[in-house]
Amino acid sequence: MADEVILLDFWASMFGMRVRVALAEKGVHYQYKEQDLWNKSPLLLQMNPIHKKIPVLIHNGKPICESLIIVQYIDEVWHDKAPLLPSDPYQRAQARFWADYVDKKLYDTGRKVWTTKGDEQEAGKKDFIEILKVLERELGDKPYFGGQSFGFVDISLVTFSCWFHAYETFGNLSIKKECPKLMAWVKRCKEKESVSKSLADEKKVLELLHTMRKNLGIE
Amino acid sequence: MEEGVKVVGFWPSPYSQKVIWALKQKGVAYDYIEEDLSNKSQLLMKSNPVYKKIPVLLHGGKPIAESSVILEYIEETWPQNPLLPKEAYERASARFWIQFGAEKGPTFGSLFTSTAGEEQDKAAKDALEVLKILEEQGLGNNKFFGGDSINLVDLALGWLAHWFQCIEELVEIKLIEPTTLPRLHAWVENFNQVPVIHENLPDKKRLLAHMKSIREMSISAK
Repeated sequence: MADEVILLDFWASMFGMRVRVALAEKGVHYQYKEQDLWNKSPLLLQMNPIHKKIPVLIHNGKPICESLIIVQYIDEVWHDKAPLLPSDPYQRAQARFWADYVDKKLYDTGRKVWTTKGDEQEAGKKDFIEILKVLERELGDKPYFGGQSFGFVDISLVTFSCWFHAYETFGNLSIKKECPKLMAWVKRCKEKESVSKSLADEKKVLELLHTMRKNLGIE
Repeated sequence: MEEGVKVVGFWPSPYSQKVIWALKQKGVAYDYIEEDLSNKSQLLMKSNPVYKKIPVLLHGGKPIAESSVILEYIEETWPQNPLLPKEAYERASARFWIQFGAEKGPTFGSLFTSTAGEEQDKAAKDALEVLKILEEQGLGNNKFFGGDSINLVDLALGWLAHWFQCIEELVEIKLIEPTTLPRLHAWVENFNQVPVIHENLPDKKRLLAHMKSIREMSISAK
């Protein structure tokens, strides 16, 4: 029986992109359904009634929500190719820890950079760069967070890279200057088709955030 | 005999208690190290440099931090008495509820530090909404979140069966009642009767006193 795989997503979501990367790594064929987050579809509300958020993966009619949970699900179901998590339990724990760190810290702090001004923005910028530096230290001299192969932590973080241009523009900062090794890692990841084809265009992300800032009354 | 397992914890913390419950449920021997959070040890700072928080599990000297990460590690390392379903979709569902519980922490935090009035009414309303979702969509008609027996979801939400009662007493609002949340109320009773849980709970009086002082500090700091 052929698998039916549907992804409910929003083009600019770094969380949705994580799922796109994971599906691409595994060579899974799926139907992409773009969602309007300002006018949520009955399907989205039915498939994620609790959070009403994307991404949602619908596998043979059954929904899975929360991007990192979806990525782990994909890794477990399509386990015959491109493992995303290490096999050793301790290494898996380290991978989960760092992906969780990205989830806990990066989006909310990044949001301060593009939605606030003055002292609040300065504090947000400082925290944001500090988080990226912590991640850069964790990467060290490894080609990927997982070591020699691209994996779970890389997926959790690399999708934020298409928002870097927007963070830099609104925050007047240079991520390349502050975290050169991290930017080298981004470049390395983008050499993989699964990543380059899944990331949104950074100029379009900038345009979207410009519009959202206007709507929030910041511009 | 496994290589030394150590738990660095703090007696009133439901986060370190979850780790203890999981280890006990699997019959894993461990040494417990009580941490003084007002004077953090070198061991804690070295084992969890990122957050400097408990709990930390050390296995053969190697540290793992973040209770949800620790629980999955325990499950994978000691597969006896499984605490997660085998099937991928059910595992994803269990992880969803663990994450849901974690994300809603601030909602209960707001209730905990609220004082009588509009603020508290709203906090109680928000908390009740979360509890309703847990009852109707998480628990359903099951005895435990894990079905017939407890699993990681029950452990992750276990603070609702003991610590939450202290919150209810301190804010003088009872939310988990047999009339309003019958299934969740029954779950609290059933969960507390599971031997591993029953034998590994902080003393209620001592916990209440501890939480009372934390609450008073938070309110005066507002």
